[in-house]
Amino acid sequence: MHEITLTVNGVVRQAAVPARRLLSDCLRHDLGLTGTHVGCEHGVCGCCTVLLDGEPVRSCLTFAVTVDGRDITTVEGLAGQDGTLSPVQRAFAECHGLQCGFCTPGFLCTVTALLRDNPAPSDEEVLEGISGNLCRCTGYQNIVKSVHRAAEIMAEES
Amino acid sequence: MTTKLFGEPVRRREDPRLLTGRGLYLDDLGAGALQAAFVRSPHAHARIRDIDVSAAIEVDGLVAIYTWEDLPGALAEPLPLLIPHPALTHGRTAYPLAREIVRHVGEPVVMVVARDRYLAEDACALIEVDYEILKPVVGVEEAAQSAQLVHADVPGNVGAHLIQEVPSAAGLGAREAIDAAPHTLAFRLDIERSASMPLEGRGVHARWDADDHSLRVHSSTQTSTSVRMAIAAKLGLPLPKVEVVAPDVGGGFGVKIVHPWPEEILVPWAAIRLGQEVKWTEDRREHFISSAHERAQVQSVRVGFDDEGRILGLDVEILHDHGAYTPYGIIVPIITATQLLGPYKIGAYRVAFSSIYTNTVQVTPYRGAGRPQAVFCMERSMDHIAEHLGADRTAVRAANFIQPDEFPYDQGLIFQDGRPLIYDSGDYPESLRLLKELIGWDDFPALKARAAAEGRAIGIGIGCYVEGTGVGPYEGGHVQVTSDGRVHVSTGLTSQGQGHETVFAQIAATELGVPLEQVSVVTGDTRRFGYAVGTFASRAAVMSGNAIALACRKVREKALRIAAEALEADPRDLEIVDGEVRVVGAPGTAIPLATVAVLSNPLRYAFDAEAARATQFAGTSSFDRPPVAEGEEPGLEGRDYYSPIRSTFASGMHAAIVETDPLTAEIRILRYAVVHDCGNLINPMIVEGQIHGGVAQGVGGALYEKMVYDGHGQLLNASFMDFLMPYATEVPFVETAHLETPSPLNPLGIKGAGEAGVIPVSAVIASAIEDAEGIRIDRMPISPSDLFDLRRAATGRSTSET
Repeated sequence: MHEITLTVNGVVRQAAVPARRLLSDCLRHDLGLTGTHVGCEHGVCGCCTVLLDGEPVRSCLTFAVTVDGRDITTVEGLAGQDGTLSPVQRAFAECHGLQCGFCTPGFLCTVTALLRDNPAPSDEEVLEGISGNLCRCTGYQNIVKSVHRAAEIMAEES
Repeated sequence: MTTKLFGEPVRRREDPRLLTGRGLYLDDLGAGALQAAFVRSPHAHARIRDIDVSAAIEVDGLVAIYTWEDLPGALAEPLPLLIPHPALTHGRTAYPLAREIVRHVGEPVVMVVARDRYLAEDACALIEVDYEILKPVVGVEEAAQSAQLVHADVPGNVGAHLIQEVPSAAGLGAREAIDAAPHTLAFRLDIERSASMPLEGRGVHARWDADDHSLRVHSSTQTSTSVRMAIAAKLGLPLPKVEVVAPDVGGGFGVKIVHPWPEEILVPWAAIRLGQEVKWTEDRREHFISSAHERAQVQSVRVGFDDEGRILGLDVEILHDHGAYTPYGIIVPIITATQLLGPYKIGAYRVAFSSIYTNTVQVTPYRGAGRPQAVFCMERSMDHIAEHLGADRTAVRAANFIQPDEFPYDQGLIFQDGRPLIYDSGDYPESLRLLKELIGWDDFPALKARAAAEGRAIGIGIGCYVEGTGVGPYEGGHVQVTSDGRVHVSTGLTSQGQGHETVFAQIAATELGVPLEQVSVVTGDTRRFGYAVGTFASRAAVMSGNAIALACRKVREKALRIAAEALEADPRDLEIVDGEVRVVGAPGTAIPLATVAVLSNPLRYAFDAEAARATQFAGTSSFDRPPVAEGEEPGLEGRDYYSPIRSTFASGMHAAIVETDPLTAEIRILRYAVVHDCGNLINPMIVEGQIHGGVAQGVGGALYEKMVYDGHGQLLNASFMDFLMPYATEVPFVETAHLETPSPLNPLGIKGAGEAGVIPVSAVIASAIEDAEGIRIDRMPISPSDLFDLRRAATGRSTSET
């Protein structure tokens, strides 16, 4: 077992994990942050995407021990301290960008990083930006719309 | 003034929790529970000679290992055949854990329970099963001809054979009508295997209360009430001691309607036996090889028609690949056979299907359930007729349409619910007019010519369908107004992301005249509502929506009666607005619905100030009758059921423009248009979302998704790396127009919308590729390499002809 320390959503957390423990399992089952979902366990669907030092990564392809000491943001950490939804979360609600909601945390993390790096993406850049995340419900149209709307909200509020 | 909520694009009430990680899906439950994992067959067909667990029992953290021999009573029997049908003469289902023979790769053989999933999988890896490999039967045509049998007692591998026939008005059979027709065509169609593939797999969590002798099970299911009954029956428990809850479910699309899955009875059984919580969460590979697939059919079509393209006779023979077992009966091929007729009236129809066993994963309904195959058949026929006659493809369709004044229209067949196939309402000519306008059908030849001049090949395609929605037998709704004015709605059917909490709340708020915020909705929890069928066949809005409306009307009637007494008014002069019962025209005279709820329940004890108003010394009761009058019940609540005489029939038409790359044969969808009629819309935003999602799955089926089995029955692409589901980059923007022909069959005038989007997509894309390439497209999906090969074959043919 390995003692690791992670800063998750701004809170320092400790866990004792075997070397083979996936980060997704560590977040979900050791730290109780079940908002991060596991859809395929081979890095294709993107449901498990979290932000590692701000960059989107597949937590199902990451061993927890390898991120000892790093900073992680999960879907639970996207809203403000007072519970105010982030612009990306608000846009998804406004544009019906989710149905069953299982892939949604991965999309939210991906889009949060995308808009941080590119606050006004073109249609093509949005498609490219979310092309690593599978959704089986929405048909993506409303997700694309959500990304543009989030960019708008962020511009309005900055 | 309360906004009328029915029909409004109200934002979803599910979203706040799902957007913040507070959703509760199956694997989010049961922290600390023991974990199950399964040893599954690596062979498609084999006899189990021996199971050696000696190495596995050394695993630290192992709790239990079970094989078929450990299973008691009914648990050791084959799983139920859920939908028996007289034509299913050789229905076969699996054992929860394999007994002696395995019939597909992935069939569960051993169940392991350990302290965590990693350890359970360690133990699985150490269990040695000695198999005698038998010859597998793979491929539906091979299976139909093979001497090799999937089940030793099922001759010819034929599980079912069913013929339905409707003669022409003149009494001609379809084959005679075709022979007598001015024109005839015959062709063959192949539709590949696909699968629902929800992003959340299946999962079960069970907790046994040894003191109370009661069991609570959570399952990622489309039918919690039926899972409950199956568990009670299989484990010999009294029904009231079993609760089943469907938590947030991460997509279903059909695969989660099968029940009980082996794991749904094995996990609860293990929880009882071990006296601890047990959980199992399916992994992706397990989902590919041990849940269910759909679609695979080979169709032989003969059609006879006149000079206008009117179909005089249609004869379709279907070979349906049912996989290794038939737990869900023959619903899929029955739907194909009956929904094939679409929006058309044709002279004479004969359809026959054989449902064939193969050593592959079982086939059960996947969104659309047999209809994509049906529509592929009929719409390919329409296109081939148009090509033969040199006619416009939409004109041939229009020549065959059932007209708006011909409803109700009896197709003369028996539908999937065992009831006559009678369409309730529709307006197909108007639908076609809208679609042609939306896609610019009449302007397309000019567009195509311009593209050709630039060296680009584009084509336009169309597909029409009718979908039997809202199948029975029934659903129910319960509505309770509590003394705080809140409205609690429950229904037994489940949700998998369709937005039921929102649309059912819209219905209740509209019917009761209360603000939406005051309404809460619970679905799929047998503790709240024990009678239900499930969520499938685009039935939830029609069935539970109407049941909830009827229950609300009961509550409303009671509220008005009680309020009338309190206000000394005639109930007919009352209305409910913004949660207040008011005298019409005298808004000052009003009583809150919350107070009506208090008055409806005479109390002995005052537990708060509101309750004090309903106690025995409050001075509100009359002394000439008992506090609860005969025939009355305390409380402001109501329960009702909706049970339709037959299905509603939604319809729609899709069109697409595609471009094919002259070098790489890549197929790109440039535009996609949908005209959709599901009767009255409850929430247009949600309906459009359903259509978008359906089209995306249809695009998957048309261009990418295909289960590839080798001759040994190994699934070669059992991962998301190899089974290609479309990403945002592959799915076109969908332009939508709605037509509303209300259903006369139910109080809300609604039809279902869940499956609509997916149904005609393969047919539409095939039509468009054919138009772009001038090459017949008779199989789906079609990949760039398939198209490349078709081009080469076509060129080869034309070369040899010259």
